[in-house]
Amino acid sequence: MIEQFDAIVVGAGMSGNAAAYTLASQGLKVLQLERGEYPGSKNVQGAIMYANMLEKIIPDFRDDAPLERHLVEQRLWVLDDTSHTGIHYRSDDFNEAKPNRYTIIRAQFDKWFSRKVREAGATVLCETTATELVRDGNGKVIGVRTDRAGGVVFANVVVLAEGVSGLLGTRAGLREMPKPETVALAVKEMHFLPEEVIGQRFGVKGDEGCVIEAVGTISRSMAGLGFLYTNKESISLGIGCLVSDFAATMESPSALLDAMKNHPSIRPLIAGSEVKEYAAHLIPEGGYKAIPQLFGDGWVIVGDAAQLNNAIHREGSNLAMTSGRVAAEAIIKVKSRNGPMTKANLALYKTMLDDSFVIKDLKKYKDMPALLHTNSSNFFDSYPRLMSHAAQNFMRVDGTPKIEKEKNTTAAFINARSRWGLVSDAVRLALAWR
Amino acid sequence: MHIVICIKQVPDSAQIRVHPVTNTIMRQGVPTIINPYDLFALEEALKLRDVHGGEVTVLTMGPPMAEDSLRKALGYGADRAVLLTDRYFAGSDTLATSFALSQAIAKIGETFGRPDIVFTGKQTIDGDTAQVGPGIAKRLDLSQLTYVAKIASIDLDTREIEVARRAEGGTQLLKSRLPCLITMLEDTNEIRRGSLQQALCAARRQVVKWTAADAGIDDLTRCGLRGSPTVVKRVFAPTARAERAAQIDTAERGLQDIADELIADILTRRPALEHELAFNSGT
Amino acid sequence: MSTASQTTPRIAPGRAGVKKELPDHFKDYRHVWVFLELERGNVHPVSFELLGEGRKLADKLEVQLAGVVLGPPGEMVEDAVAEAFAYGADLVYIVDAPPLADYRNEPFAKALTDLVNTHKPEILLLGATTLGRDLAGSVATTLQTGLTADCTELDVDSDGSLAATRPTFGGSLLCTIYTLNYRPQMATVRPRVMPMPQRVDKPVGRVMRHKLSLVEDDIVTKVLGFLPDNQSAMANLAYADVVVAGGLGLGAAENLQLVKNLARAIGAEHGCSRPLVQKGWMPADRQIGQTGKTIRPKLYIAAGISGAIQHRVGVEGADLIVAINTDPNAPIFEFAHLGIVTDAIRFLPALTEAFTRRLSPHSRDKLAS
Ligand SMILES: Cc1cc2nc3c(=O)[nH]c(=O)nc-3n(C[C@H](O)[C@H](O)[C@H](O)COP(=O)(O)OP(=O)(O)OC[C@H]3O[C@@H](n4cnc5c(N)ncnc54)[C@H](O)[C@@H]3O)c2cc1C
Ligand SMILES: Cc1cc2nc3c(=O)[nH]c(=O)nc-3n(C[C@H](O)[C@H](O)[C@H](O)COP(=O)(O)OP(=O)(O)OC[C@H]3O[C@@H](n4cnc5c(N)ncnc54)[C@H](O)[C@@H]3O)c2cc1C
Ligand SMILES: Nc1ncnc2c1ncn2[C@@H]1O[C@H](COP(=O)(O)O)[C@@H](O)[C@H]1O
Repeated sequence: MIEQFDAIVVGAGMSGNAAAYTLASQGLKVLQLERGEYPGSKNVQGAIMYANMLEKIIPDFRDDAPLERHLVEQRLWVLDDTSHTGIHYRSDDFNEAKPNRYTIIRAQFDKWFSRKVREAGATVLCETTATELVRDGNGKVIGVRTDRAGGVVFANVVVLAEGVSGLLGTRAGLREMPKPETVALAVKEMHFLPEEVIGQRFGVKGDEGCVIEAVGTISRSMAGLGFLYTNKESISLGIGCLVSDFAATMESPSALLDAMKNHPSIRPLIAGSEVKEYAAHLIPEGGYKAIPQLFGDGWVIVGDAAQLNNAIHREGSNLAMTSGRVAAEAIIKVKSRNGPMTKANLALYKTMLDDSFVIKDLKKYKDMPALLHTNSSNFFDSYPRLMSHAAQNFMRVDGTPKIEKEKNTTAAFINARSRWGLVSDAVRLALAWR
Repeated sequence: MHIVICIKQVPDSAQIRVHPVTNTIMRQGVPTIINPYDLFALEEALKLRDVHGGEVTVLTMGPPMAEDSLRKALGYGADRAVLLTDRYFAGSDTLATSFALSQAIAKIGETFGRPDIVFTGKQTIDGDTAQVGPGIAKRLDLSQLTYVAKIASIDLDTREIEVARRAEGGTQLLKSRLPCLITMLEDTNEIRRGSLQQALCAARRQVVKWTAADAGIDDLTRCGLRGSPTVVKRVFAPTARAERAAQIDTAERGLQDIADELIADILTRRPALEHELAFNSGT
Repeated sequence: MSTASQTTPRIAPGRAGVKKELPDHFKDYRHVWVFLELERGNVHPVSFELLGEGRKLADKLEVQLAGVVLGPPGEMVEDAVAEAFAYGADLVYIVDAPPLADYRNEPFAKALTDLVNTHKPEILLLGATTLGRDLAGSVATTLQTGLTADCTELDVDSDGSLAATRPTFGGSLLCTIYTLNYRPQMATVRPRVMPMPQRVDKPVGRVMRHKLSLVEDDIVTKVLGFLPDNQSAMANLAYADVVVAGGLGLGAAENLQLVKNLARAIGAEHGCSRPLVQKGWMPADRQIGQTGKTIRPKLYIAAGISGAIQHRVGVEGADLIVAINTDPNAPIFEFAHLGIVTDAIRFLPALTEAFTRRLSPHSRDKLAS
């Protein structure tokens, strides 16, 4: 018996679940394949989930989704070896009826999302890897082969939601293997602590949570970012740097993480915790310029697999959910007009996506990845050190006249990077940010 | 042939953590799995079905989320899944568990055909008692074959079964009669992967959900906390030993030196060992 | 486990606070019983360990300690009876009948259930062996009473009820379990968890003999044969006096030879942590710990073992624990007596050599003179 579906979704991450849910709830016959033991089993990270994008898919998700804490405080830290300079933003306004951002644990969240997908009517198969796209004589994708015995299934359209390291799209030549300069390797751990301890250490109560993002010497001159999220009874902590930087510097990701955990600003926050689940995962960071062709005859590509990830703002899952939903809506539209799933018809997906925040945001920062990458030692080592120095110099009351202090600081910056260098970094940063 | 197999969803105890202050189990983030011992029984059941025909019904008693485990079992190739779930079952010890399960098995017998074999795992990794299997056998008056390493033969006409059973100090070869209850020994099998067709069927199959009443249980005093003669009176962490190990200094010394000091230290603490060790090594 | 000592026990929720009056029909249940397990003609040593424990409970309760021997008529049973007295029983119940020659659930469960119903013990202890677990589960079900498996500690509460303590959640916690309102209170205990009591030759005391109310024809299950394990190839870990074990820290299967060499040099048994069994580096009967063997040697040397709780519970009864581990913070140093922070792969050969030197007749002569 040959099974024919309206759509096959490969992957049950954020983007795949968003797509499968949207398709199935509109009555399409959907098959979703996930290679993990269960949805989320390959996604161990604690993460931030953006409510707005999920509301557009499941408006009442707050009723039963496994949410850890809603965020009321964000800290941005610039670290040198022994200190941090930072901005905190905290507001009671975030204690709203429908909070805007939550921490989640992907393993649990994805499971919940997947249950919703199943309840919406999709057929979800776990422990099943899509190994190959099946095409007809004209090259149109008409289904996928799987690693199970007897394994070909057919569909009018295949949604590739296989994440950054999925092999299906690259094998089929639909997209390139991500380049070392456009993916970051993030390593991360879960640190378990009693709920009360987390409450005390971060000054939060109930379900309130806090995020810390840290740049500076912890990434050892590489372009990288450390992060710390509070969950109910655990802290997700990790650091990511570009794969190409790791290769060039021969730094080991786990050593980096160890050093970060031992940083005097971070150590007390995780002291006494029980560590579980060391995990490594890739994050696409190529930005706008790395986005591949998003659609073709019988296929669309969504989420991390399409490099739809905003590294500058640490946003990924929201772009993934939105691209999954938009792709599904495009497919539904094509189907409702009785149109075939051709390249020409599926271009609608691209049009709709261009119109969303996904592409608009990525376009805005299109030059950032290259800039940070090529100037990483300035942005991630020299400046953080200088900033710490300046702050310390300023805070120490030692009889030096303030005017002298300011002079010293300026001189230190110029010594380190020349006046021209400073100006050019500032200009380039401003241009890239624009 | 109709086979019923009982599986239990358990927290992956490798990942269990204990709250350092309250001594309660921190379940957050702890994945649940099918009790690994049950998979050996499940595979045995599937193999028997492949040879003798018939159906395999998986049964679990647990909270609604135990459905995940049943879905997995369907994915491996089981034909039917029954979830026995009801708040009355909360707090069951092994006696109450085996009561509820045996009632459900009787109901499965009435509804889907009498089972020829009931399987359970050797034991669970959370309860770790190995008592539920024998409890079910006794209540349903099935012949009880525990720690089975191999099913040598089954004759459906004479209803005879021969098994090799792990016993203290050796292997027992037993001949018994159907219907029987078998608890399977570990490492006897490896769970299979279903084909794509099987996986598709499984994904679409409905799990049968029964409350106590659905399973025909009238006497709720025999269920859950009320039906459990054992009571957990207190839970506590093992006491730490007062002192950590005395460390033998290893700085800037040869290995032989360190070894000699270690041996001297051992023998000072336990002088009698000198003779034992020598005696044992035959010198 | 570092915080363990300060924590006060918590009262579990639910019925735990409740302790009802024992129903009248259970009030005449008295005395402590230990089931003596016969294994191919010999009494399984766990039965003696239980007699030692049962003695303490009986003394506290000021009741008698009885042994229960089930077996075929003849010498085997009589020998077991003598042993029961030698290890502290005040009286022994016997059911001897031909169907009890080999263990099978039906006749054994029937015999034991009938004995309990006739003589009404308040406590019944069995070894947590394959036989003991098979039997205890069905007897408790028939009697509709509570059964606590794999206890590590048994005690009598102020009101005379049995407090049975056992590991739970993979050994991370212990719990104390009571059987309220039902009798007998049943418990199983794994071999080597309790110390072996002193054997004292004593005359055979009071013996109560019973008939089996079943005949062979009533019994569905038949024994076709028994293949004894190859004793020489089998690990006798549980009862070894000296044990050397290796863990994942040894890095590769071939390094296990270092453990075996040391074991051979000092006449020890060798064992391992669970991951090595899972990797197929060692057979399952060499695994020490919660899901392997419990050991109680006079000396235990652990090389490259972190000391996870599941391992710890299997070795805590050892008189002297020596740990070799590269990580000074490895949990094993929290319960070992002697520790060496060093690379076991390099250290084991040195230790083997040093032991061999020390134990050689030559050096012994020198020491003696
Ligand atoms: C350490 C870390 C922290 C992060 N933190 C955040 C955060 O706080 N907030 C945020 O918004 N984003 C965060 N991100 C990014 C975010 O996780 C991703 O953008 C998002 O998960 C992408 O979703 P996706 O569905 O495209 O891919 P994925 O979530 O990677 O899902 C792909 C799925 O497809 C499956 N799959 C792959 N190939 C096949 C195949 N051939 N057959 C079947 N199944 C297959 C995989 O098993 C996987 O489940 C973080 C990323 C990392 C690594
Ligand atoms: C339900 C359940 C039951 C279990 N039952 C058991 C059981 O019965 N028995 C059991 O053992 N485990 C059991 N476990 C597993 C247990 O939790 C641990 O995972 C296991 O004991 C760890 O084995 P290990 O110490 O060999 O390995 P690891 O924990 O990986 O430790 C290796 C150690 O070696 C050290 N090391 C590394 N290199 C060297 C070197 N060159 N020289 C010296 N030291 C070195 C390391 O510092 C580390 O401490 C069970 C787990 C579960 C979930
Ligand atoms: N709640 C349950 N639901 C289904 N089967 C169970 C349940 N509890 C125990 N079992 C079965 O009984 C076996 C022994 O469990 P235990 O006595 O808890 O060690 C397990 O391997 C399962 O097959």
